[in-house]
Amino acid sequence: MEFFTISMLNGLSYGLLLFMLSSGLTLIFSMMGVLNFAHASFYMVGAYVAYAIASVLGFWPGLFVAPLVVAVLGAAFERYCLRRVHKYGHVPELLITFGLSFVILELVQLIWGRTAVEFLPPVALRGPAFTLVNSSVDGMHFLLGAAPAAMCQAADATVRIVCSPFPATRGFMMLIALVMLVALWLMLTRTRVGLVIQSALTHPEMVEALGHNVPRVFMMVFGAGAGLAGLAGVIGGSTFVTEPSMAATVGSIIFVVVVVGGMGSLAGAFVASILIGVIQTFAVALDYSVLSALAAVGVRLGPQAADHSLLKMTLSQVAPILPYLFLVLILIFRPKGLMGTREG
Amino acid sequence: MSAGYAVQLKGLRKSFGKTEIIRGADLAVAPGERVAIIGPNGAGKSTLFNLISGRFGPTSGEIWLNDQRIDGLRPFEIARLGLARSFQITNIFGRLSVFENLRCGVLWSLGYKYSFWKFLAGLTDANERAEALMHRIKLDRKRDTLAMNLTYAEQRALEIGITIAGGASVVLLDEPTAGMSKSETSRFIELIREVTVGKTLLTVEHDMGVVFGLADKIAVLVYGEVIAFDTPPAVRADARVQEAYLGSVLADQQAAQAGH
Amino acid sequence: MASTTASRFGALGPKDLVVWFAAAAVMVVAPLVFHSGLAVTMLSQIGIAIVACLSYNMLLGQGGMLSFGHAVYSGLGSYISIHALKAIGGGTLPIPVSLVPVVGGLAGMGFAVLLGFVTTKKSGTTFAMITLGISELVGAMAFMVPEFFGGEAGIAANRVVGKPVLGISFGPQIQVYYLIAVYTLLCTAGMYAFTRTPLGRMLNAVRDNPERVEFIGYNTQRVRYFSFIIAGFFAGVSGGMYALNFEIATGEVVGAFRSGLYLFFTFLGGATFFFGPIIGAILMVVAFVLMSEMTKAWLLYLGLVFLLMVIYAPGGIASLIMMNLRMAKHGRLGGLLVWYVALALTGVVMFFGAAALIEMIYHLQFDAGLGPTLNFLGLTLDVQSVASWLGAAVVAAVGAVLFELVRRRFAARWGDAQGDIEAAARAREMA
Repeated sequence: MEFFTISMLNGLSYGLLLFMLSSGLTLIFSMMGVLNFAHASFYMVGAYVAYAIASVLGFWPGLFVAPLVVAVLGAAFERYCLRRVHKYGHVPELLITFGLSFVILELVQLIWGRTAVEFLPPVALRGPAFTLVNSSVDGMHFLLGAAPAAMCQAADATVRIVCSPFPATRGFMMLIALVMLVALWLMLTRTRVGLVIQSALTHPEMVEALGHNVPRVFMMVFGAGAGLAGLAGVIGGSTFVTEPSMAATVGSIIFVVVVVGGMGSLAGAFVASILIGVIQTFAVALDYSVLSALAAVGVRLGPQAADHSLLKMTLSQVAPILPYLFLVLILIFRPKGLMGTREG
Repeated sequence: MSAGYAVQLKGLRKSFGKTEIIRGADLAVAPGERVAIIGPNGAGKSTLFNLISGRFGPTSGEIWLNDQRIDGLRPFEIARLGLARSFQITNIFGRLSVFENLRCGVLWSLGYKYSFWKFLAGLTDANERAEALMHRIKLDRKRDTLAMNLTYAEQRALEIGITIAGGASVVLLDEPTAGMSKSETSRFIELIREVTVGKTLLTVEHDMGVVFGLADKIAVLVYGEVIAFDTPPAVRADARVQEAYLGSVLADQQAAQAGH
Repeated sequence: MASTTASRFGALGPKDLVVWFAAAAVMVVAPLVFHSGLAVTMLSQIGIAIVACLSYNMLLGQGGMLSFGHAVYSGLGSYISIHALKAIGGGTLPIPVSLVPVVGGLAGMGFAVLLGFVTTKKSGTTFAMITLGISELVGAMAFMVPEFFGGEAGIAANRVVGKPVLGISFGPQIQVYYLIAVYTLLCTAGMYAFTRTPLGRMLNAVRDNPERVEFIGYNTQRVRYFSFIIAGFFAGVSGGMYALNFEIATGEVVGAFRSGLYLFFTFLGGATFFFGPIIGAILMVVAFVLMSEMTKAWLLYLGLVFLLMVIYAPGGIASLIMMNLRMAKHGRLGGLLVWYVALALTGVVMFFGAAALIEMIYHLQFDAGLGPTLNFLGLTLDVQSVASWLGAAVVAAVGAVLFELVRRRFAARWGDAQGDIEAAARAREMA
């Protein structure tokens, strides 16, 4: 039971992180028709910049400043590079963001090296947010913070006690993601800027004809999208790991999220993020394979077949490719994506 | 059953979300007729063309081409049945030459389909057809120019060329003379008349001179319904048409009284 | 009469045959001129790369389909070829070693049939994302099914099997090179022929206007799917040649990095002309083998060049060549030569300074253990001395300023020449 709860919460937090990233990507795509290949690179830059600031000033200044730095970088890139390629069409735009991701990767490795750096979360977030103590005798207990060691050890061999902590960093991740979600929604629906953005989403020429500076709006949206990715990077980098391959790892997953959710749909990106986040988190923890499933129903295979890697493969080993399998399935059965509105 | 009509619309309806654009359109065009579709802006003329050519599917109602129902079919299926359309905004293959554009248009109708074991240079029938077409639309001097480098009028001519290249028996032209000067328009109308001999033609036009000169019959589309479909003099005299589109009867009476 | 009309419709004439014979001659003679072991290896790799990049350009340049996962097909071709090679060695597959690339091609084609249907359902950006997802899928699976993929170590085989036929055992690299050369020539001819067939031309039409294609009777998705399969075939042949050449297939042959390289270099060479990817393929091998030896920063240089290309020359090197050929045809190239020389000189100065800075930074980060000095094109730079840094920065800055000044003058002169040519063309039309 506690395994399910903790895993569910972990999955939700990972899914929300994916949403932080894919929402920025979707906004930029809906707005400008550009699929920002370098979005995950902005994520990485956010983590590294926050790490750099954190080593001098501490985590919390890093949390605030790093996204701003990344946002400025993103806006500058839009202004000086992306805009020049706009007239050539969508393929060159995608190519230039692809080239940017390459250059960013090299520069990050140049400045900070090729191995992972120790980007630790702040002291306040280092322990568990809460702990679930499941005792076979006393039942389930909920404790804020960490459970004392004595509680997790059984007095005698017949009593089974399992302590499942839920990391504070994960909780913080969910908090920031939800705050960002609400703020985004409020901005888009309640402010004037948001209204302009919403209209520019579908009718950019009309918005420009009405006197709004659409190129400037584009620059701001791209910068904001990059900044959001940077914020996700600060959180993700301190919770998981900060290393040069973090962009590639999460990059392909958020593209899957965006396609599965339906290109251009924020709601779809949300649903797909949560779905993929939860499924992957559960899969990594489960050790079932086709072989074990067959064994559970009483089917036993000969030694040669039992040794075949495809049948032996556990769910946890397959976990990394589940999002891509999902992608292929969605494309076969529901090519528009879960909630797709726009064609690619 | 369609009883020998080239194009038939029966109770055609199309809504986009909650907005109904085509509200029960009925039309029966005989083979070889030249029909001009007129109507105020927003009446749904382009939508009608999009429905007939398969770009969208109707919400309800039937579309018949010769003796076959075509509503709900995909554009290439309808094109293969002998219906071709041109577009209001020029829709050509920009990075191919004029000749290549036309040759692409003839390939399917000559049965070459997805073949990659034959060379284009050796397809004499396709090449001759494209060559002849090029002369008919008077773009033979621009044979190797890339389509995106043509002038606007030349691109419109190429647009028509691609449309009729496949030898379709029913041709839909969506505002073919849009954006042209008076002299260009009259030359273009001659061209259209020449190349659509023996074919059924439906064309959307705003220029009344063109409409009354080119068409055998006029269909008037107002708020998604065909309110009149008759010969030009009959349509001109139709009171409903005058009220909705060509000027109200009252206004004419007032003008007549004022002129007394 | 017949020959002139045929050539009007695009048939090959004597001029084209000369080009093909010259290309064949170059391929025959090249290893005799560059006969070091390294050179022959590089020539073999160039042949493999040419077929891979040309097959990639069937999608990108001819079809407007941006794929981030083309290495899946060449890579799977490699894997199947390696298994075939092992089977030949084990006696269970009675085909000559020289046909292994064909096996690779069939494998590539097979996987393209399987995966291509889903991939080509969409176009544009969505298509690109699908290819990325499939690339990640296959790349990850490469470490999951050791029977087929061999895990981290990959699968190895021996290409020297059985008794030599006519003295050819495919042991020495030179023999492999000539086999690769034959396949490269055949595949290039095949892919060129494709561009002159109905399917090839309709693929171009789909690139230019996918919607219009449907209204002239063609199913756009079918056109893309069939072309995708053919491109998969040639990619597989490239993979088969790879298997023969290196006698091993590891996870990176299906990886996203390799797919990225295909994209990079095909684009760099020029996607809008048939011969562009050939230039790109040559650059790819040269950059990989030579550049990576010379500097640790080669990927950064490549990335920056790519960015500049996308902004200033999206048609790649091939388009730059063609533009200059056009100038030469109209006799205007001579006047620009002086400016080209000036551009080159100032460009070199600017690059020299910038590269010195980049090399010093790389040295600081990665080679600090080797001491503070590094060799840069014969000069010794000291990362601890201010003089080195200042000197490099000044050279870079001065070079950049001069380059920009020359570039503006050059652009103006180019624009003038271009305008004159167009005016003359219009005048001829009026006549």
